[in-house]
Amino acid sequence: MHVVRIPGPLRSYTHGAAQVRARGDTLDEVLAELERAYPGMRFRMIDEQQRIRPHIRIFINASETAALDAALGAGDEVHLICALSGG
Amino acid sequence: MSSTIWVGTRKGAFALRPDKQRRRWRLAGPQFLGHIIHHIVQDPREPRHLVMAAKTGHLGPTIYTSGDRGRHWQEAQSPPAFRKARDGETPRAVERTFWLTPGHASEPGVWFAGTAPAGLFRSEDHGANWQPVGGFNDHAMFPKWAAGQRTPDGELLHSIRIDPRDARHMYLAISVGGVFETLDGGTDWAPLNEGVAADWLPDPNAAYGHDPHCLIVHPLQPDRLYQQNHCGSYRLDRPARRWERIGKHMPKKIGDIGFPVVAHPREPDTVYVMPMDGSKVWPRTAIEGKPAIYRSRNGGRSWQRLDRGLPRQQAWFTVLRQAMCADAASRLGLYFGTTHGEVWASSTGGDAWRCIARHLPEIYSVTHAV
Repeated sequence: MHVVRIPGPLRSYTHGAAQVRARGDTLDEVLAELERAYPGMRFRMIDEQQRIRPHIRIFINASETAALDAALGAGDEVHLICALSGG
Repeated sequence: MSSTIWVGTRKGAFALRPDKQRRRWRLAGPQFLGHIIHHIVQDPREPRHLVMAAKTGHLGPTIYTSGDRGRHWQEAQSPPAFRKARDGETPRAVERTFWLTPGHASEPGVWFAGTAPAGLFRSEDHGANWQPVGGFNDHAMFPKWAAGQRTPDGELLHSIRIDPRDARHMYLAISVGGVFETLDGGTDWAPLNEGVAADWLPDPNAAYGHDPHCLIVHPLQPDRLYQQNHCGSYRLDRPARRWERIGKHMPKKIGDIGFPVVAHPREPDTVYVMPMDGSKVWPRTAIEGKPAIYRSRNGGRSWQRLDRGLPRQQAWFTVLRQAMCADAASRLGLYFGTTHGEVWASSTGGDAWRCIARHLPEIYSVTHAV
C-alpha cells in the first residue's frame, strides 16, 4: 500500500482528501487503482496515448518519473504535482 | 418566455436569467470556478439535458452533463479521446473539447463533439461516453485536411451541423482545414470549399485548407448555409457547391472578417455578423474601437449597421465564434459575450443593445436555453 499525495486540482475526485492510499507494484497499477476508486481521475493526468499531460508531474518519493511502468517498492510514496503557468 | 443564457468563460460557467420582459437579468454562478468552459449546450430534444465542455489549466479535458437543466452536473465516464496510435502513426490526444452539437431529432441521446487537435466524436448516451468517429478521424485524407499544428493553438473542429431532414447528412468545419460534408452518417466525407478565399494558400482554388470561423445551417431552410470565414462572409444555397461571398456587400472600411455568424431562427434571409479588424497584423478587435453588429435581411445582399447602445469609442473587445446567439422569442433576442467579460443583449432583433453582465472572465461561449 502506497501513500499517494493529491494536488488541489484533483481533490474534487478524492472528496477533498490530500492524501489517499493505493496498491500497486508499478505506477500504472497505482493509477489504475486510483481510477477504480475515483472514476475519471486518471484521464485528467494521463492522455489516451498513455502520456503524462503537460502540466502534470509525478514523483516517486523525491524522484520525478515519466515512466508509467516505473516500479514501486514497499513504502514508496507517489506525489502527483500540478504545474500551472499563466494568469 | 422562460430562458437562460449560458455563458462559458475561461474561468467558469455562468447563467443569466431574465424577467418576463427581458429587462432585468439575474446572474447566477460561477459553476466550476477556475475551469475553462468552451461550450455549454442544451439538448432541444430533451431540454432538461445539457452538456458542457471543460478542462482546467492543469488537467486534461473532460465533459460534464446535466439532467436537470444545469442544477447538478456529472462528469462523463469516458470523455472524447482518440484511439490508441498504431505503429508509425503520430499519436493524437485531445487537448480540449471545443464544440458540442446535439444529434438529430430522430436520435435521442446522440451528441457530437469537436476537439483540438481536430477530431470528431459521438456519444449515444447524452454525453456520458464518447467514441471517435473513425469515418472522419481516420479518413484517408484526414492528414491533409487537418495537418496537425498548422496554427499555434492547434486546429479546431467546430460547427458540427446536422440536416434536420436527414440524420445522415452533416457538415463540420475545421479551423484551419475547411468545411466538410457527409451524406452517409459520417462514414465518408468530402470538402465543400469552392469559392471560398484562402489568401495564404498558394493555390487560389484549393479544395481544402481554408479557415472557416463559424458555419451555420438554417433550421427552417436547411439548404441555406452561412459561413463566417477568416477570409470573408459567405452564403451557400444547396445543392450548389460554390459559396458566394456576401461580405463583398459590407462597407469597405468595415470589411467582412469576424468570428460568429447567427441566423434569425424564423427568417432564413436574416443573418447577423460581428465584424472585427482583420487588417495588417490582425488585431481582431472591434473596428476602430467602435463595436457594431451588422444585419442583412436579404441573404447578404445588403447590410445594416446596428450599434445603438453599444460603446461609441475605445471599446476593443473581440467576440469569439461560440459567443453570439439568438433566442426564439417573437421579438428576437440576440446576445453576445466579449473577451472582456461583458454580455450584451438586444430584445429588438439587434436594433438596440445593452450590457446585461460585466466583469466576467474572458467569454468563450454564449448559448440560449429554454
